[in-house]
Amino acid sequence: MVAAGTRVARAPSRRQPVRRGRAPLRTRVARRFGPYLLVAPSLIVIGFVLGYPVVKLFELAFQHFGLPQILNMSNPKLGQPPSWVGLANFRRAFTDHQFWTVLWRTLIFTAVNVGATMVIGTWLAVLMRRVVRPLRLALTGVLIFVWAMPQLVSVTIWNWLFDQQFGVVNYTLTKLHLGNFLHHNWYENPVQGFGVVTCVVVWGAIPFIAITMHAALSQVPEELIEAARVDGAGAWQIFRRVTFPILRPVVVILTSLSIIWDFQVFTQVFALRDNRPEPWYYLMSIFAFMQSFRAHDYGYGAALSIVILLVMLGVSVVYVRQMVKIGDVR
Amino acid sequence: MTTIPATGVRTSVRVRPRRSGGVTSRAGGVAAHVIVVVVLLLMLFPVYWAVSTSFKRGIDMNRITPLWFPIPGTFQHYRDAWHKDYFLSSLQNSAIVVASVVVISIAVAFLAAVAIARSNFRGRKAYIVLIMAIQMIPQIALILPLFVLLSYVHKQNTIVGLTFTYLAFILPFSIWTLRGFVANIPADLEEAAMIDGCSRFGAFMRVTFPLVAPGLVATAIFAFIQSFNEFIFAYVIMQDNSKWTASVWLESFLTQQQIDWGGLMAGATMLSIPIVIGFLLVQRYVAVGLTAGAVKG
Repeated sequence: MVAAGTRVARAPSRRQPVRRGRAPLRTRVARRFGPYLLVAPSLIVIGFVLGYPVVKLFELAFQHFGLPQILNMSNPKLGQPPSWVGLANFRRAFTDHQFWTVLWRTLIFTAVNVGATMVIGTWLAVLMRRVVRPLRLALTGVLIFVWAMPQLVSVTIWNWLFDQQFGVVNYTLTKLHLGNFLHHNWYENPVQGFGVVTCVVVWGAIPFIAITMHAALSQVPEELIEAARVDGAGAWQIFRRVTFPILRPVVVILTSLSIIWDFQVFTQVFALRDNRPEPWYYLMSIFAFMQSFRAHDYGYGAALSIVILLVMLGVSVVYVRQMVKIGDVR
Repeated sequence: MTTIPATGVRTSVRVRPRRSGGVTSRAGGVAAHVIVVVVLLLMLFPVYWAVSTSFKRGIDMNRITPLWFPIPGTFQHYRDAWHKDYFLSSLQNSAIVVASVVVISIAVAFLAAVAIARSNFRGRKAYIVLIMAIQMIPQIALILPLFVLLSYVHKQNTIVGLTFTYLAFILPFSIWTLRGFVANIPADLEEAAMIDGCSRFGAFMRVTFPLVAPGLVATAIFAFIQSFNEFIFAYVIMQDNSKWTASVWLESFLTQQQIDWGGLMAGATMLSIPIVIGFLLVQRYVAVGLTAGAVKG
């Protein structure tokens, strides 16, 4: 990267070694300010669409901001201007019993989903290396197909699979003598309901993990594994002591990405519960959304969003550091 | 919108599985095959069931004992979905938003990618960190302030507002992906063209640009997929029924009193086809690129 940059910069002097004194002003200006002109448009769009909202988010979190304030914003004669309330929104969150329940629920949900996705995905990747080529290609094709499914489409499909009346899952479970599931409502019990959500999330996330891990596995030198086997290591020991250490950077990236995605799960729950999730289906993102757009308590919603932001920040540091490392090496 | 991470680190090194001979002869070979077949069927079944439902007659759909194959079938659900309220208008809205996002994001991202791939300007590292960090901001946190911002500039409920929103979230990924493509082209090629008498701009247009073209196509398809699939922002920003995008239209099935599963599955199938095709064209840039860089780094 750096090498490429300096090579470009050196080119003109090599081209005109005699007329060094007359390095054209235009070239010098272009070289000095060119990069900034090139990145400017992206910074403008990002700054406009994200810069202001990020600032606004922090502002809202310290304000009392409801419907009268929304009205006031479009027409100063109506409603009321927002009032500053200091840390009241955060104090409310931390003393709110529901907040802690939702936070714990989200953490458990994230742990279960990330764990299931990573374990199944990695296991599948390992298995894929041990099957015949046609089967591996078929599986890859199916995985890519599932990966490509729009999130909302997959939610509607799973909703239909678990339908109370005519869902194929209820029928199959009953036929397999696992109990009487005819007309079973999966959403009555939130634990079962989150089971359905987990199916949707994990089903949709496995392809990315499996395909990426498979690609990574194929970069592990076969000789190393062979050597370990000769030394008498078992399959699990080889994975634990040889393969896994090499895959560590990939695993770090995939795990942090999965945490970031699963902690923010929104559409799956929202659409499965027909846009009106009950309080026992609240995850952090749903909680913040409902407080803002249904209870019209925008200040409290913003405070909750900032809590999400802070949790994400912790995970992101790991991910961004790993990515910047890769970007720099290349 | 974050279904695809910013991992467009593509290297010129092809990842080739290195296997010793006799893979299947290893212990556990049969078990592995059986498990993979089972997993394959489990992963595929939901998709099969959706497509097969979309072709079933009403009486075949609503029975306790499911009909495993859609025979005799019908196209009625596709006709219903096509004529359902706001289908065509939502498709049109999606088409406008997607086209604008693709064109603008490609142009803007390409410029930025050239800058970070080709010159080592002051603040380059800060810019890269910014690009990476933006993708980590939870979207749910920004819906509210974005909604407030758009109402403030009177752009809520408009295609322009939604387009700019998508751009901000798609640009970081596009920039990062294109950076990989531009960085892979040796600067020596441009130099050679310049020695042969091309201007710097001419060299760029004649040498670099054609080589980056596949990257531009890949990024364009990513932008297409992301903006076509997005749901939450469209749901909040586009409040009039006539302003719905395709994903909001699809979701409107679920909030009806009696869900029309046949129509819903037909609609879902129709809306996934372009996405699946687009995805098949670009998927190799996602996973392979990520790991190639990561393992070596």
